[in-house]
Amino acid sequence: MSYRSKTFKSNMITYGLVAVFYIICEAMLKSGHMSSLMQGLLVPLCYYMVLAVSLNLVVGISGELSLGHAGFMCIGAFSSAVFASTAGKGMADVPELIIALIIGAAFAALFGFLIGIPVLRLRGDYLAIATLAFGEIIKNVINAVYLGVDSHGMHVSLKDVKSLHLEDGGQVIIKGAQGIGKLPRNATFTLGIILVFLTLFIVLNLVNSRQGRAIMAARDNRIAAESVGLSVSRYKMTAFVISAALAGMAGVLYSHNLANLQATSKNFGYNQSILILVFVVLGGIGNMRGSLIAAFLLTLLPEKLRFLSNYRMLIYAVVLIAMMIVNSSPKIVAWRKVMAEKYFKRGKAGIDEPEAAAAAEHVPTVDEAASEITADLAAAEKEAARIDEHEADNNAEKED
Amino acid sequence: MASFLTYLISGISLGAVYAIIALGYTMVYGIAKMLNFAHGDVIMIGAYVAFLIFSTLGLNPILAVIVSMLACTVLGITIERIAYKPLRGASSLSVLITAIGVSYFLQNSALLIFGADSKTFTSLVSFPPIKLMGGSVVISSVTIVTILASVIIMIALTTFINKTRTGQAMLAVSADKGAATLMGIDVNRTIAITFAIGSALAAIAGILLCSAYPALSSTTGAMPGIKAFTAAVFGGIGSIPGAMIGGLVMGIIENLSKAYISSQLADAIVFGVLIVVLLVKPTGLMGKKIQEKV
Amino acid sequence: MAETTERYLLDVDNISIAFGGLKAVDHFSVKIRKNELYGLIGPNGAGKTTVFNLLTGVYKPDAGSIVLDGDNITGKTTVEINHAGIARTFQNIRLFSNLSVLDNVKVGLHEHYKYSLVEGILHLVKYRSTENAMDERAMEILKVFELDGYADFKASQLPYGKQRKLEIARALATDPKLLLLDEPAAGMNPQETVELMDTIRFVRDKFDMTILLIEHDMRLVSGICDELTVLNFGQVLCQGETKEVLNNPEVIKAYLGD
Repeated sequence: MSYRSKTFKSNMITYGLVAVFYIICEAMLKSGHMSSLMQGLLVPLCYYMVLAVSLNLVVGISGELSLGHAGFMCIGAFSSAVFASTAGKGMADVPELIIALIIGAAFAALFGFLIGIPVLRLRGDYLAIATLAFGEIIKNVINAVYLGVDSHGMHVSLKDVKSLHLEDGGQVIIKGAQGIGKLPRNATFTLGIILVFLTLFIVLNLVNSRQGRAIMAARDNRIAAESVGLSVSRYKMTAFVISAALAGMAGVLYSHNLANLQATSKNFGYNQSILILVFVVLGGIGNMRGSLIAAFLLTLLPEKLRFLSNYRMLIYAVVLIAMMIVNSSPKIVAWRKVMAEKYFKRGKAGIDEPEAAAAAEHVPTVDEAASEITADLAAAEKEAARIDEHEADNNAEKED
Repeated sequence: MASFLTYLISGISLGAVYAIIALGYTMVYGIAKMLNFAHGDVIMIGAYVAFLIFSTLGLNPILAVIVSMLACTVLGITIERIAYKPLRGASSLSVLITAIGVSYFLQNSALLIFGADSKTFTSLVSFPPIKLMGGSVVISSVTIVTILASVIIMIALTTFINKTRTGQAMLAVSADKGAATLMGIDVNRTIAITFAIGSALAAIAGILLCSAYPALSSTTGAMPGIKAFTAAVFGGIGSIPGAMIGGLVMGIIENLSKAYISSQLADAIVFGVLIVVLLVKPTGLMGKKIQEKV
Repeated sequence: MAETTERYLLDVDNISIAFGGLKAVDHFSVKIRKNELYGLIGPNGAGKTTVFNLLTGVYKPDAGSIVLDGDNITGKTTVEINHAGIARTFQNIRLFSNLSVLDNVKVGLHEHYKYSLVEGILHLVKYRSTENAMDERAMEILKVFELDGYADFKASQLPYGKQRKLEIARALATDPKLLLLDEPAAGMNPQETVELMDTIRFVRDKFDMTILLIEHDMRLVSGICDELTVLNFGQVLCQGETKEVLNNPEVIKAYLGD
């Protein structure tokens, strides 16, 4: 099957990019050509890549807008940090990290499942706002939690250290807003890259499996998916839980890269979730390689171009809006279709549907757009009017 | 008892602000069928404009309110025209992401223009507070003005929608865009008017919010915006009295949980309420049910 | 006696549904034999698609029962009903528009070719063998509809007529006992309609299928349907063999007006 070998090739390019990135960075590290600023960015680059790809699984593959991704990262970070400062204390780095990753992924997956039960019953905007709400709840509750341990086991309180009622010699682990201190800081770039590979492997293989097909079918047309016997909620849940588990692992990487872990609106708030969404959108919704590249560039550029840092978020905002309009505006989509037909059908007597169709996928560059806009506006309007009519038809079919 | 009353009244006041913001959400959602994520940030812009006129330039507070409303109206129409109009008919995912982009844009523009340090907003309302129960319950002038303003706005808006042609057009567009077009209603104009009204109300909400809670920064509008959306959903999206009731309930819940449970958990409780409402009655207290046609 | 013991593949008994005050479908009954090609016709708004939605569990009937091959499926969900053996197409085409043509059919095969999530993610041996078998089967089905040359296309890139065919192919992939076609000839030109008639007959014979179709195109209906039910204002106006039904004066009146 040609399309299968095409996906295979595309996946290999994606893995290859990560490998090349790793080799270059390692070479620079070994030869002492990397600034300390850049060294400090290596692990964050990895967890942002993992976060972007895992969020893309929900947004691009499953088609649901999640605005609470940072919440799952938060759960992964805190659950693994609790482990690191209790049972994991004094363990060698490698086993400690492996267990921490399993714990972080498991807790995030568990919360993904529990949150998914109510949230996935919702649709569209309501689903998005509910994920945002859960993300904020997670951050706020963790920010208020006190956790201590003594010979009787774990003690939890939402008030203060005193109300933990620890016996003498008991240890306070999470100190409310102060979070968790004295963490091992044993995350490495190599570990980060391994996680990026693992995330890619899971997501790309899932997409090409029967479960992945079911997830995408449910995204494309929920009613049709049910009509061919797919349990839509089950597959939405599969995507949501896997995505949460991967975000949890990113959280483990995050917490093991810090000495002190706190839940603030900066690191686990909805702004963080939206930043990850920006990576996903700018990299291309559903495009995993794009997510990697966007996460990489958008994390690196502001650090490299300090003078731009004030304008960074503003530029993201503008690009975000422009991307959505160019890619989703019915008029522009129609215009692209008209353009595609014009260029690829001409002289081929309209038989060559494959090419015209492929051309419909072609995203015009700014130059092309500028030179052709006026000439084809009329045609686009026509096509758009046709689509509008279709819209109206669809709306007319809606019942109260 | 007295302290409970104080908390309750300040909760009602906060709720009244949420209600005014929620009106903007609910009208836009009802008519354009989109969640205008940037609505909260229009509030912040409104507050900054009023701050510039009143505190920086030292002009009349009434003028500050009027200019702020005008500025927000223009802003609202511009946002709709540039960012949302091209996406009419696109998937809700695209529209919501665009709205998030607009929200980011407004926040970061404000950050660049007004700086990162938060400004202290001087209350535009300055008559003496009312004292009840021998002075143990104090109702501030801002609280009184806020509650009054929200009631007046709700009455005015209801009258506008029920008694004017434009209002009727809004109802028609909200019920069925296609049919409204066929009846000769200019849908684009109606949606633009809706954004204009919602944004003007946002300016008022911003001024009232910052008069009560004076720290003004680029993110001032974000959280109240989301909570007001919660309120709109709670009341039933598209419903004006629903937005009012939803706003009041949210404000009261938030303030009472701050007072009696935990100030850190107050937000979590408000969001918890949202989730419960979405699950138990996603159409809200006064919303209508929409079913997908097969 | 022979009449009553005859086993029908689909036995719909007096189903009704009302939306608000409107009785969209009112005491609708139909019996369809195995391997039959059955037509459901009627003016716009007669409730034909609503009948399909009732049969496939999109709506639950307020009253009445639906029995498929001895299996009472009344009130079951769409998913359960598909597993029980009913597949359908839609009046306004509903494909998985971003998936390839081949994948659209493979989604239809989903319940019949299985491997676990772990096997899928790890791409174990069972994954490969199952996927290969699915590809093979999907191509076979596509060939029937002359869509095999388009296997790698995105479904949304197909021209309209081929999209309709793909929907039928996808429905058949679920290996149903009963296939429901909602206006399969809508938007087709006369030439395409004739081709479609051949395809539908071919599907019935090749897949040993029972088919219930909604159609406006009288030529298609009279050309291929063994029996017809005419629906008007949610009620059965007339039922029986195609020729008789089409000559019934009441049917003519309902279609052409007074």
